[in-house]
Amino acid sequence: MGRKQESLRRDGWRREFSEGVRDAVPIALGYFAVSFSLGIAAHLIGMTPVQGFFLSFLNNASAGEYAGISAIAEGTSLAALAVLILITNARYLLMSCALSQKLSPDVGILQRLVLAWGVTDELFGLGVSRKGYVQPSYLYGADVTALSCWAAGTVGGVIAGNVFPPAVVSALSASIFGMFLAVILPRGRKDRATLMVILSGFGLSSLFAAAPALNQISGNMRVILLTLVISAAAAVIRPVQEETAEAEIEQEKSEQKKPVREPLTARKTAGAA
Amino acid sequence: MKANSIRIWECIFVLAAVSYALRVLPLTLIRKPIQNRFVRSFLYYIPYATLSVMTVPAIFSVTSNPLAGIAALILAGLTAWFSSNLFLSAAVASIAVLIVQMLV
Repeated sequence: MGRKQESLRRDGWRREFSEGVRDAVPIALGYFAVSFSLGIAAHLIGMTPVQGFFLSFLNNASAGEYAGISAIAEGTSLAALAVLILITNARYLLMSCALSQKLSPDVGILQRLVLAWGVTDELFGLGVSRKGYVQPSYLYGADVTALSCWAAGTVGGVIAGNVFPPAVVSALSASIFGMFLAVILPRGRKDRATLMVILSGFGLSSLFAAAPALNQISGNMRVILLTLVISAAAAVIRPVQEETAEAEIEQEKSEQKKPVREPLTARKTAGAA
Repeated sequence: MKANSIRIWECIFVLAAVSYALRVLPLTLIRKPIQNRFVRSFLYYIPYATLSVMTVPAIFSVTSNPLAGIAALILAGLTAWFSSNLFLSAAVASIAVLIVQMLV
């Protein structure tokens, strides 16, 4: 009986892992293209393939790495470099907070240390779009698939320079946006408030990029500011109903071990007051 | 401009340390489910806000011709809306850009 349970558990692990691999394939394609051009930039400032590998393997952040590469070339101090990457990557702080809510409290510290390495915009998107708790094995599958391509792309870029025609590279980098849309829009279709958040994101981001004065704000600062403002506004105007966040209902139900909804709603209202 | 090897390694280390700290601290320190309704709602909306802000207008700069990005946004957007298939939507975005590049 114990052996049977063990083998069931292992099957579940394997299934989640391969689903993670499968879902991360489009991300991996986009990552390879983006980090390939990143590798070319790294090559231009004198990075070796090994340095390019570690830059990408340890950072997993396109905007942050681009910012870092140009700062290295400009001779920025290490302290200034730390501040720059802190701002550029600040959204990962928010994403990790959100992802921590999607992990079962049973997930141990060692697994969390590994999972933290794989918090990127796209992989975070995959993780939070899972129903209920996200299994670490699912994230491992997605991380390994996408981030190996991320690191390999940079190495390829450093070594090979511009091998692909630019037309193919730009087409592949558009695939990431297709994936973003596939993460956010299906949820927006089901929930009006989420759709308003998405449309506000599109609109305000375009406004900030185009309007005089506002366009002085850097791209990453814009992402940070608008994320905070839009999410906070939506949370005030339309606090998440239990119906909206099905995943969260499942979490709460499994915590409480009873399917009764009344006490849950009462407790939450009291908590918010 | 080229930088020397030791400086590059120092910089890689600083970048990596800050990036990892940002990701690991919330993931290890926040272990219990957050009960506050505002915080939960705020965290629920974050991915939708972040990903939409990062998609537009960045998608228009995928090539020097914004038309490619507009085609990718509309076609991949429709694909995502109706199919919610990640790979299909990503492929449609890429193909849209390729086709516009060939035509224009």
